[in-house]
Amino acid sequence: MSETTTTQEPVAPQPKPSPGASRWEAWLPTVKDTLGAIVLALLVGALLIIFSTPRVIESLSYFFSYPWDFFRYAAIAVWDGYSALLDGSLGSPGAIVRTLERAAPLICAGLGVSLAFRAGMFNIGAQGQMLVGGILAGWIGFHFDLPVGLHLLLALLGALVGGAVWGGIAGFLKAQTGAHEVITTIMLNYVGRFLLLYFLAKESFQRPGQENLLSPPVADSASFPSILGVHTGFFVAVLAALLIWWLLERSTWGFEIRAVGANPDAARTAGMSVARVYITAMTVAGMLAGLAVAMQLLGRQDPLGDQIAGTIGFDAITVALLGRATPLGTVLAGLLFGALSSGGLAMQAAAGVPPEMSQVLQALIVLFVAAPALVRGVFRMRDTGQASTVMAKGW
Amino acid sequence: MGVTDTIKAPEAGTPIEEPRVRDRADLARQVRLVITFAITLALLVWFALNIENTSVTYVLGERVTVDDKPKELTTTWVSWGAVVVSAVALVLAALNRFPRRWPGALLALLVGITFYLGFLMWAYADQGGAFQAAIANPIPGTMRIATPLVLGALAGCLCERAGVINIAIEGQFLAGAFFASVFTSVAYSSLVFIPVALCAPFGLVGGVIAGVGVAAMLGLFALRYEVNQVVLGVVLVAFASGLTAFLLGQIPGSEKDTFNNPQILEEIRIPGLADIPVLGEALFNQTILVYLMYVSVAVVTFLLFETRWGLRVRSVGEHPKAADTVGIRVNRVRWQAVLLGGVFAGLGGAYYTVGSTGAFDRDVSAGTGFIALAAVIMGRWHPIGATFAAIFFGFMWNLQNQLSFVDKLPVELLGAAPYLATIIAVAGFVGRVRPPAADGEPYVKS
Repeated sequence: MSETTTTQEPVAPQPKPSPGASRWEAWLPTVKDTLGAIVLALLVGALLIIFSTPRVIESLSYFFSYPWDFFRYAAIAVWDGYSALLDGSLGSPGAIVRTLERAAPLICAGLGVSLAFRAGMFNIGAQGQMLVGGILAGWIGFHFDLPVGLHLLLALLGALVGGAVWGGIAGFLKAQTGAHEVITTIMLNYVGRFLLLYFLAKESFQRPGQENLLSPPVADSASFPSILGVHTGFFVAVLAALLIWWLLERSTWGFEIRAVGANPDAARTAGMSVARVYITAMTVAGMLAGLAVAMQLLGRQDPLGDQIAGTIGFDAITVALLGRATPLGTVLAGLLFGALSSGGLAMQAAAGVPPEMSQVLQALIVLFVAAPALVRGVFRMRDTGQASTVMAKGW
Repeated sequence: MGVTDTIKAPEAGTPIEEPRVRDRADLARQVRLVITFAITLALLVWFALNIENTSVTYVLGERVTVDDKPKELTTTWVSWGAVVVSAVALVLAALNRFPRRWPGALLALLVGITFYLGFLMWAYADQGGAFQAAIANPIPGTMRIATPLVLGALAGCLCERAGVINIAIEGQFLAGAFFASVFTSVAYSSLVFIPVALCAPFGLVGGVIAGVGVAAMLGLFALRYEVNQVVLGVVLVAFASGLTAFLLGQIPGSEKDTFNNPQILEEIRIPGLADIPVLGEALFNQTILVYLMYVSVAVVTFLLFETRWGLRVRSVGEHPKAADTVGIRVNRVRWQAVLLGGVFAGLGGAYYTVGSTGAFDRDVSAGTGFIALAAVIMGRWHPIGATFAAIFFGFMWNLQNQLSFVDKLPVELLGAAPYLATIIAVAGFVGRVRPPAADGEPYVKS
């Protein structure tokens, strides 16, 4: 039912020789649009900061006698806010580690959403897939006592299997009965949450002697080892992106996914099994969401609770959209959102800007990226053609 | 007479369709019905056999009150009556004599209701808790919960019939909820412009303005800048959620009463109608928002299917080029539909503050905008269908609330029940749906 549009694909290598120059040229509009969108979002964000700073509001009351005060305080507020944002995301080794750790699950879950997009499906279910993956991974992680490498592998496998099952259900239902994936994935999110709550109420999932719905953190033998303070899960996320790129762009399966995403009827006529593509794509998408929860459980060693996925499952959608449903784009978008989220906290601590600010910024960035005409209009850029990739456009 | 009877019989009953060629879809329908009714029957028999003490209590109102004392009821008749009804349905389905079209729908509804009753008998019998819970009227709660869902679904129908995908219903809810709360609180605390009794309804105005505001953003980016509408919807939800949380954070604690402590809409009893037994009190002793919901369903259905404007809306959603050819201004009609949808979605959002609990809290609508979206798809983009889907969801949700006093089922299963039921309904009975043909496609005049 999904209609898709395909225009120029920035990631796909050009068939012509001299790949360096031509590839850069294909990229250029995308890069320009994205940067323009980020700048525009920061400008709108600056307005919000200005009008949420008490001192600036006060100075408005005597604006006509001392207008200078207003502009000075406004500039200071914006400068303080954004320098705290930058400082908190990239300013110190600790900040960079935090950014990478926040980016890792966003990248993984974003890849899952991207993959589904490429198959012409809108996967809102990363949240539920994460939760179900978390049940298995967490349980294996804290309940068993296994040798170091094996324990991590098994827990990781648990996360992948849990996510794959939950994603696979949505794919199976779409393929077999035509149930729309938007409905089923939303509903499965809730069902997954209640499934998690059911298990959290069990004694074997709780900390000894405590009643609250929070598990112990996973054993050290099941956690990702750290390199320079960053847990290796981050590198697994980047590897996953590489793998998905290879699968999408170089494998037969990836070709089928793109074909079905572009036009399911044509793909069926060409002899591809659309049903199989739906099921496998959603299964792998679920696996990636499972990998995302592994970043939290096995990487940061967060305890398993009903907040384990936070809003990652939904942020993953915006990450995938900003990344234009390509693996490289998703990695970059995940890094940006990771930086915004870790910088957002610093912004609150240092400059008193509410943490919701980073959520507003994220939404604005994606909105402006999706509206290149607006960005080009504001910055008087020349219209250099559309730069987008295959993406679900309708139901 | 006997002769005419025998001649008449086939005409009045099933028309001449006896020697049917059965295709796969027909066979699949039969299999589906047989499986459904077999499961229903098996469950009902199990329910009936697992009742030890056959006495339960019930009230016709929503809760036990001094005037409305619980009455006794013997479960045996209800339980086995339900078994008989689903057994009949099963036999009809097995013989492929299950009626089609609206008689079939009515019979299916009857099976559903008796299943519900049989289930209730089991759930409320033999309670082990400290006090005996009584079966209560499910309709008032269902209507209340369904109100925002119906309104949101109407917004979805309007937009999507005009060819603009609206995933941002949740965002419209949040904005509507926040500004309804702010409008009511400000009106109440300043006490200048508006009499106290009208403060809460005044909040609805705030909700509508906010809903239309988000709709205007949807229209601007979808129609003017031709943004991918799926992207846009998701982004608007994130934006509205972030913005309302941000603004909420801007209200200092000392000013909470001024900005975020609204009066709640009061229930208005409609005399006459409210005196109808069982249904009256349930349907016509509600807040003004619920009445607005009733009216809205009728208005949207009438607008879409009986007026010239509605024909235009549907035509730009199905085939904008053809509509343009006959002189309809595609984007203008789409703008109108999107903005009108914003009115309903904003009203729906107002439910979450002035319509129910009062103060705005972060993400107060808790994802129900997406449920409304699901109702649009389940209802096949028809306002009436979407309304029934939303009421179905409200019913399941209300059932979960009511059964939380009874300890027969695990809490988590009850909580998941509305969502599981939706999956089963969509996968089992709704199946493939056909959206408006031009849904999500920006129209560029060439």
